[in-house]
Amino acid sequence: MCLGVPGKIIEKYERNGMPMAKVDFGGVVRETCLAYVPEAQVGDYCIVHVGFALNLVSEQEAQETLALLRQIADLESELGPPPG
Amino acid sequence: MKYVTEYRDAALVQGVMERIRRLVTRPWVIMEICGGQTHSIVRYGLDQMLPPEIELVHGPGCPVCVTPLELIDKALAIASRPEVIFCSYGDMLRVPGSGRDLFSVKAAGGQVRVVYSPLDAVEIARQNPEKQVVFFAIGFETTAPPNVMSVLAARRLGLKNYSILVSHVRVPPAMEAILSAPANRVQGFLLAGHVCTVMGYWEYLPLAEKYRVPMTVTGFEPLDLAQGLWHTICMLEEGRVAVENAYARSVTLEGNRAAQETIRQVFEECDRTWRGIGVIPMSGWWLRPEFAEFDAEKRFDVEAIRPQESPICIAGQILQGQKKPRDCLAFGKECTPEHPLGATMVSSEGACAAYYRYGR
Ligand code: SF4
Repeated sequence: MCLGVPGKIIEKYERNGMPMAKVDFGGVVRETCLAYVPEAQVGDYCIVHVGFALNLVSEQEAQETLALLRQIADLESELGPPPG
Repeated sequence: MKYVTEYRDAALVQGVMERIRRLVTRPWVIMEICGGQTHSIVRYGLDQMLPPEIELVHGPGCPVCVTPLELIDKALAIASRPEVIFCSYGDMLRVPGSGRDLFSVKAAGGQVRVVYSPLDAVEIARQNPEKQVVFFAIGFETTAPPNVMSVLAARRLGLKNYSILVSHVRVPPAMEAILSAPANRVQGFLLAGHVCTVMGYWEYLPLAEKYRVPMTVTGFEPLDLAQGLWHTICMLEEGRVAVENAYARSVTLEGNRAAQETIRQVFEECDRTWRGIGVIPMSGWWLRPEFAEFDAEKRFDVEAIRPQESPICIAGQILQGQKKPRDCLAFGKECTPEHPLGATMVSSEGACAAYYRYGR
């Protein structure tokens, strides 16, 4: 239940006065409520739980994290094989 | 898939794990809070990639596991009424109450429907004005924003036939219960990334300080988990206490303000019973008095039932990180996912079920 997955907003509309969107999860499209991320735009990625977008995924933070992790993992090759 | 496949890069995970192996000088016990993380850790074998000094224990963050039997029995009683359409997330259908589950209520002619979103339950209420539609509102901080929004939507639509059976729990009080127990072994935490997506992580700063325990906000993919472990182990080895964020693409310190305000508008804090653990003060939410008309417990007069747990089950200790599934004599024998004796074997996010499925 808590494994929210990131999906891409492909269409925005309104239903019963609620901001809604079609969100694409790698080919599976589901209706998603945008009430908690009113600033969302088509093309944004969001984490969705039980039909609600809980945030917008930050592209910049994602890139920075990946760069940092590559650095952590890479130091490995600089240091050579582990002792023992 | 964007924001998924990048975080399953096996070479990168290996690289981070290798750094952890070089870093560790002493034994440490680390708890991941969330059952979804437990599942990922065991599924991707991250527990087996760690050096032997690091022991992972599995936290109480599995909503299906901690929903008390008493509430499941209430759900069964309400779902059995002829005028009711009972809506639930699919995970709850197989959970046995004292004797039966929602599936068997359905098989016996009860109207039980699995919904993907609580808004689907509101829609069912709108389309069936002659029926009473009840939604089983369970979960942690992640399902609270959707569940409260369903109440607001029902009020806006003027629905008189929609109510929710609330069993909401919150992570920080459960962590405090774990940390203050005399038998506590946990020295560092991986915080639940999606709970923090909603709530931010400001609530955890005083907790880390008070108990001198480092914590890292952590996501769900293997690389996210490796990174969460890396941060936590760095802090432990350096003797540093802080709350760090290893899931920054999703989580900010303040979280989703709009969601937090909407939760506070509809819910207030209350004591809650956690299955296997017992009552934890102010560890949950229920409906504010202004929303009492949407409270299924008030609408349907179901008497409190006192169900019995299996006496051999040690799920409570497992959920607090004091024991592991293998410590249970019934594990894989009397107790399997097909015939669960306890909470942590029922849900796929439960530690016993994950250990059973992936052969630990
Ligand atoms: S194996 Fe079954 S009986 Fe044992 S602790 Fe886990 S859920 Fe309880």
